[in-house]
Amino acid sequence: MSIASDTRPTRKGFRFDRWAPLLLLGGAFSIYVAVAIATGQTQYLTFDNLIAILGRSIALGITAIGQTFVILVASIDLSVASLISATAVLASVVMDGSPAMILPAVLAAIALGGIVGLANGLVIIGLKVNPLIATLGMSLIIQGCLSAFVSNFAGEVPSAFQVFAYGEVGPFPFALLFLAALAVLAWGVLRFTKFGSDMYAVGGNEEAARFAGIKTGRIVILSHIICSVCASIAGLYLASRLRSGAPWIGSDGVYDLESIAVVVIGGTILAGGRGGIWGTMAGMLIFSLIDSVFNIAGVDSYAKQVLRGVIIVAAVAFYAINSKRIVA
Amino acid sequence: MTDTGSPRSSALRRRLSQINPVWVLLVLLIAAIIFMNPRFVEPTGYMNFLKRAAPLAILAAGQVYVIVSGGFDLSVGSLITLVVVGSSMLTNNDPAATYWVIPLMLTMGLGVGAINGLIVCFLRVPSLIATLGMMITLNGLAFLWSGGAPRGYLPDTFRFFGRELIRDVPLVRFIPVSVLVLIVVVGVFAWAMHRTNLGRHIHAIGDNPVAARLAGVPVNRVRITAFMISGLSGAIAGILLGGFAGVSTDVGAGYELQAITAAVLGGAQLLGGKGSVPAAFGGALALTAIFTLLNFLGLPQPVRQVVQGLILIAAVALAMHRRKQTGT
Repeated sequence: MSIASDTRPTRKGFRFDRWAPLLLLGGAFSIYVAVAIATGQTQYLTFDNLIAILGRSIALGITAIGQTFVILVASIDLSVASLISATAVLASVVMDGSPAMILPAVLAAIALGGIVGLANGLVIIGLKVNPLIATLGMSLIIQGCLSAFVSNFAGEVPSAFQVFAYGEVGPFPFALLFLAALAVLAWGVLRFTKFGSDMYAVGGNEEAARFAGIKTGRIVILSHIICSVCASIAGLYLASRLRSGAPWIGSDGVYDLESIAVVVIGGTILAGGRGGIWGTMAGMLIFSLIDSVFNIAGVDSYAKQVLRGVIIVAAVAFYAINSKRIVA
Repeated sequence: MTDTGSPRSSALRRRLSQINPVWVLLVLLIAAIIFMNPRFVEPTGYMNFLKRAAPLAILAAGQVYVIVSGGFDLSVGSLITLVVVGSSMLTNNDPAATYWVIPLMLTMGLGVGAINGLIVCFLRVPSLIATLGMMITLNGLAFLWSGGAPRGYLPDTFRFFGRELIRDVPLVRFIPVSVLVLIVVVGVFAWAMHRTNLGRHIHAIGDNPVAARLAGVPVNRVRITAFMISGLSGAIAGILLGGFAGVSTDVGAGYELQAITAAVLGGAQLLGGKGSVPAAFGGALALTAIFTLLNFLGLPQPVRQVVQGLILIAAVALAMHRRKQTGT
């Protein structure tokens, strides 16, 4: 009917939008190799160093997996950054150096994530508040409550829990394997479960999904819960990495906007209904490769920020430019 | 809805329901402020209030253009920072430089808006990402330009717009120059939005871009104009803020979200098609009044954040509830 809704080419074969994230990743990787060779710093090309690069973006990766779920249902979550701070502080305060409290702390953090996600979902579905506003408001509320109680590093993470961030299984850091497992799990949910296909349906066309008998509200709320739980896992990871929680670690990492940028660079469209986990993982790799390139090339940190903004836009433009839809 | 009243009372009810709730909110807040601080009714009280609200109100008026056209402009906050930092670098303590720096800054605002618009229209990057990239880039540029440590002075000629008062005005004793700027800018923006073809075109592309294009609206040109107006409002707000506050690299931080909040409080519909410049002005005043009130109550910053979050969600939820009831 609508002439402007993206007219997909009917022929099978090479589908650009499916391969764009991989092309971008290949591009980023070859730039990385080229810069390392050009500056004569071939020590950066070892396997260990590549693992180290990945290790730096694990929290972003975990958050972005959750963000993928909400963006797929045409929602968005800006509250992840303050939720990360809140769960990191909560976990480290509950543990307070005692290994016996690890399990309660983890459960409390995940429960907090679940509650925040449920609240986000209910406000969006029940009160029909635009997700951007709802989660932005939620972010202000969480950050406000958090800074009312804590103003510095609080609590202490016992060394047994630091295994989450610093432990190694063979050549791989434990956290990296955890991220990979989480990605496989998320991919499985999206690919093989009814919930996954319902999510694509709701994101693609909510009204059609409702007429098809899908309980669209439930799907959106569930995606928000998944997103917030992922963010609280990222908070746990950061608490373990920093050995304590502080109320600014989420906003310092700009995890809200960066996780959205990662998801979008990975080819999941903000309008919902198209994309997937592997794109998000590619987006995360692209981000960390770009950072490493800047480090190797010794780019000034302010210039780095400028280039980063340009790269985010350019990367999204790379595959959006061919779409026929009118964006706003 | 059961209609038991006489025709006149239902007409009255219809008239009442057409009043934008933001004005009711504003009146209540002002009444509360006067109750807390009776000196607010004196010119010093309310003129200082208006002066403080001016940058946000101008930003909100510009933001409405982008929101009604269906997009977001997250770049205005860092544009303010760049304007303030750039002006202090360019004027270099030379009062005579103001006369070319201010037009240059206004042009820069228009230019940044034009680039945002071009990216959205021709690279087909969603405005959330495009202006987010612009936000990161401009922040980096402000740091790069000032070397991270901006010089702390703007000449008095530059600070004229933000700081000076016009004395000996009948009735009100004095008017801050920034309030005059506010009245002129909001007046022109309101006229262009609600009395010209440009405004109708902006509403049309926000409501239904496909229909607008079929009806002959030059969608891209209108969208770029909307972003340019928002950029211009950012530059004006930056010039005013440069007058109030010192030069730093975080003067504009957070303003983009406050501007969106103000526009939404004024009933602007995210994703386009509905919104009003005077109501966004009311929203900005209401938001400033809330901050003033919380200040009077002596509440710490974290509580202000929580209240801002709750009000944001409540305002949108209420607007959606009314929309459902009135069936529009």
